[in-house]
Amino acid sequence: MSFLAKGRVLKNQQLADDLYELEFLAPQIALKCHPGKFMQIRVSEQDDPLLRRPLSLYDVDVDSGSISLLYKVVGQGTRIMTSFKPDDTIDVMGPLGNGFTMPNYPLNAILVGGGVGIAPLMYLARWLILLDCQVKVLYGANTAGELVASDRFSRLGVELEVATLDGSAGYHGPVTDLLKDQDPHEVDSFYTCGPEMMMAEVAEYVACNYLWGECSLEEHMACGVGACLGCARKLKPADVDYVKICKDGPVFNVQAVEFMMGR
Amino acid sequence: MKKEYGQGTGQPDISVNLGGLSMKNPVAVASGTFGYGFEYEDFIDISGIGGVIVKGTTLEPRPGNPPPRIAETPAGMLNAIGLENPGVDVFLNEYLPVLREKGVTVILNIAGNTVEEYARLAAKLKGHPGIAGVELNISCPNVKEGGLQFGTDPVMVKTVVEAIKAECSLPIIPKLSPNVTDIVAIAQAAQEGGADALAMINTLMGMAVDIRTKRPVLGNVFGGLSGPAIKPVALRMIYQVYREIDLPILGGGGIMNFTDALEFILVGASAVSIGTGNFVNPCLADEIVDGLIEYMQENQIAKLTDLVGAAAV
Ligand SMILES: Cc1cc2nc3c(=O)[nH]c(=O)nc-3n(C[C@H](O)[C@H](O)[C@H](O)COP(=O)(O)OP(=O)(O)OC[C@H]3O[C@@H](n4cnc5c(N)ncnc54)[C@H](O)[C@@H]3O)c2cc1C
Ligand SMILES: Cc1cc2nc3c(=O)[nH]c(=O)nc-3n(C[C@H](O)[C@H](O)[C@H](O)COP(=O)(O)O)c2cc1C
Ligand code: FES
Repeated sequence: MSFLAKGRVLKNQQLADDLYELEFLAPQIALKCHPGKFMQIRVSEQDDPLLRRPLSLYDVDVDSGSISLLYKVVGQGTRIMTSFKPDDTIDVMGPLGNGFTMPNYPLNAILVGGGVGIAPLMYLARWLILLDCQVKVLYGANTAGELVASDRFSRLGVELEVATLDGSAGYHGPVTDLLKDQDPHEVDSFYTCGPEMMMAEVAEYVACNYLWGECSLEEHMACGVGACLGCARKLKPADVDYVKICKDGPVFNVQAVEFMMGR
Repeated sequence: MKKEYGQGTGQPDISVNLGGLSMKNPVAVASGTFGYGFEYEDFIDISGIGGVIVKGTTLEPRPGNPPPRIAETPAGMLNAIGLENPGVDVFLNEYLPVLREKGVTVILNIAGNTVEEYARLAAKLKGHPGIAGVELNISCPNVKEGGLQFGTDPVMVKTVVEAIKAECSLPIIPKLSPNVTDIVAIAQAAQEGGADALAMINTLMGMAVDIRTKRPVLGNVFGGLSGPAIKPVALRMIYQVYREIDLPILGGGGIMNFTDALEFILVGASAVSIGTGNFVNPCLADEIVDGLIEYMQENQIAKLTDLVGAAAV
């Protein structure tokens, strides 16, 4: 069940140069949230920009009814979002899509996130911890300043390893380099979100070690509910059918996907 | 012109007879923007919508165009979905029975690439109750005429409407393409072919370019422009056709709120359709109906028909 609602902004905080956390109250929606699902946010009451912006659930507090999103300013819509202020009313729709598969028993999970792709993994980590899973997060970014989710992960009680491309924090290099230090026999499942090149390496690790993993994909969207068929993608070039990222995903098994390197 | 309220209920009469297709209210949702209706059930009671015009349906299943299929543009969007649909048999056997059960006013939108294809598709609808009317997408290339779009040539328009009328007794509503020089000539041809009403307008052909890749954005290069950006074009074309052609019009193109809808009615639309607006506000159809009722009550207008074409001078 998803809803169209008016959310009351609680905070809209700049965490780094171009990274913001938006928290708003939408109790009805919060009750139905599941990690990996996303929201469609209307950024303007005007007709331009017209379409809603899809953003993953970063964190949800069912008790207070608040939902957090972590967004990166990349264009007109996300720039407008930076002007949201506490007590503003925003037009939100969700939760949408199919989220991550939750384990039936406590297992060992590794979450690999790059850049703002870390967003859906936070709420996922919260659920996995509640399910008594062992959670390790491999978190990569360009610089130390962009590792905006680290403290929150630490508070959750997950094991955190970070990597930065400029070496300003943690391992100096791509986060996927951290994979080779993991013991595949100690892991049951992988969850990943970020640049497709990064997710491709996670998928390869999963395949080579006969593990299981899920990823979250992006595509430009109009409706967000499977009606317009706009967010189509062939998971593998030889597939006959197009999946709709909004409805069949955004979460897919990593082995079903051939990643696109430019993304 | 001021009138008493209808039937003494205090509620103005907003039902519409669109060339034999009866709608409980004048607001339909446009083809390709509302799936089969199910997709939006969390947000709106689909049986309350004036008409649910389902995704463009073809004789055989179609996979659709390669992505990217959509691009946002100033106050609008481009789409090149490529008529992805499961084919008419799946629609008739799987989706239609459920929609009928729910009491949805179903308008089937059909598309084809030859006159025969349209006719065979129309013939298949016999014996399947629950279709209130058929919207005819004629913005498709006629493969037997060198790929020229049906909707751009009066002779082809008349031929295809006639062929469908011969196979199907449901109200037939050709949906006119705005990508023509003389919209009235096309409307005239549709009328001569036996059209019961007209839907207008379909999307305007456009494109978008990515300066980083130096390539067109859409996988299909060209796409159809929709949304508020096309509203003035839609109003103009409906106005022109309303004045010349005696057929009810289902008008749409960029409707985002009740005042937009009212503008369409004033230039001659008997009913309206909402497309891109559904993406922004999935409850828009209901909100527009509420807005129209309130407006009619405030202005003591008893019947919606009293407003149709009021701006045509
Ligand atoms: C399921 C899903 C979850 C997402 N979660 C997050 C998140 O948690 N945090 C975050 O920062 N970003 C996320 N994104 C990407 C985010 O939607 C885009 O960055 C955003 O729409 C850009 O809007 P803009 O107006 O600032 O950019 P512009 O480039 O000006 O946008 C132009 C158009 O392209 C679309 N668009 C541009 N980039 C993307 C993209 N990467 N994905 C989809 N549509 C795009 C916009 O929606 C808009 O319609 C997610 C995308 C999807 C599909
Ligand atoms: C994503 C999308 C898909 C569409 N698919 C169809 C279709 O299958 N058949 C059709 O006749 N029109 C189709 N249309 C056109 C709409 O039905 C409508 O005529 C057009 O978008 C203009 O109205 P609007 O500005 O309110 O969207 C589509 C439009 C969009 C945006
Ligand atoms: S965004 Fe419309 S089908 Fe996915």
